Amino acid sequence: MSYDRAITVFSPDGHLFQVEYAMEAVRRGSTAIGVRGKDCVVLAVERRALAKLQDPRTIRKIVSVDNRSVLAFAGLTADARVLINKTRLEAQSYRLTCEDAPSVEYLARYIARTQQKYTQRGGVRPFGIATLIAGFSDPTTEGEEGKPVLYQTDPAGTHSSWRAQVIGGRNAKSLREFLEKNYEDDMDEDKSVRLAIQSLLEVVDSGAKNMEIMIVKADGKAFMEESAIDAVVKKIEEEAEESKEAKKSSD
Amino acid sequence: MDTVFGVKYDGGVVIAADQGNARSILMYQRNLDKVVPLSSHSAVGVSGPNADLVNFSEYIQKNIALYELSNDGMKLSTHAQANFMRGELAAALRRGPYQVNVLLGGYDESTESSSLYFLDYLASLQKVNYGCQGYASSFCLSIMDRDWKEGLTEDEAVAIVEHCMQELHTRFLIAQPNFIIKVIDKDGVKTSKFGADPADT
Repeated sequence: MSYDRAITVFSPDGHLFQVEYAMEAVRRGSTAIGVRGKDCVVLAVERRALAKLQDPRTIRKIVSVDNRSVLAFAGLTADARVLINKTRLEAQSYRLTCEDAPSVEYLARYIARTQQKYTQRGGVRPFGIATLIAGFSDPTTEGEEGKPVLYQTDPAGTHSSWRAQVIGGRNAKSLREFLEKNYEDDMDEDKSVRLAIQSLLEVVDSGAKNMEIMIVKADGKAFMEESAIDAVVKKIEEEAEESKEAKKSSD
Repeated sequence: MDTVFGVKYDGGVVIAADQGNARSILMYQRNLDKVVPLSSHSAVGVSGPNADLVNFSEYIQKNIALYELSNDGMKLSTHAQANFMRGELAAALRRGPYQVNVLLGGYDESTESSSLYFLDYLASLQKVNYGCQGYASSFCLSIMDRDWKEGLTEDEAVAIVEHCMQELHTRFLIAQPNFIIKVIDKDGVKTSKFGADPADT
């Protein structure tokens, strides 16, 4: 039995090592956090320190895949580019055949399906990225407004919906616990942004220079200005100081 | 037989098309919108069998959208869109041609100028100041030759289009009662006038 037919073969104890190694590649990538609020989705990514001569505008970690859907990834940037291009093409293809925008769930399913394909084919390796896809569901025919959605995919090709999730970075597990502790349902935009930035500050040096925040709402999406991010960071740090002082004085 | 015309003016383009959808002795609809927006600042007036008209214009439209999404929001110039369209027509020509004759008009914010392009089903491409597709050209090109001049305003350009429509109503054998007129300028593509509301299903 020649083992070079497919790069992904089962191990005797049922593991797919290549897929697990791909997940390790994701862990080596920079952190990306998604928080779903009442009427918005916030994506926050860590912007790793760039080389001095590098133009920061050419490093994009939060990208649009369709008019109303955005994607943040963690892992191998080159793999992400390929997957993102495929997804953009699929979104336009959907629009051409169905004369309607694809739902976020459809795009997440497509990305997951593509990632899975590459774990079960000869001569290819899995994509070394996990993605967070954010957007809004369509308003229903009964007149209900669109709801915010956040999906995650991973190198194994699974996709699932989350209220808040973190991918990439060495501390993903502890960050997830932080999110579980501090997440509340139906947060407004300010609270959602605060939670996202607060979580990111656990792994990132303080400062707007080291993070990129995108807020997706029913009527559009926008990057947060550096000054606005700095303001929130300052507030979080002040409140952390205050609670530290309060604790000290109560001891 | 579809009628499409376009007139370029200083700061924009006017594109007009009849709204009939017919085949053989049957009139399918009288409110078809044949001036299809391709991007925020460009639109194409298309003539030909309905299948190719819709298929081709939607295909080009989605490809332009894909380009803008894939290239960080960078807009394709009207010149680039026209050349892309011509390339697709040329590629299909020896396989299964798109039987469409079009007039593509657009406004470029980067150069603050407008342009109009004439493309036909054989993949010709020509930048023009004004143009007609279909039988209309026999009636209207001479009017445009006479009336068009450099530095027109939007109202003057629309007046030329209306002059052409009047000529067709008088002298053209085929009755085309409804026309849709669209204007493309720095504010995008907007419908100036229509004979029958395309939205009415």
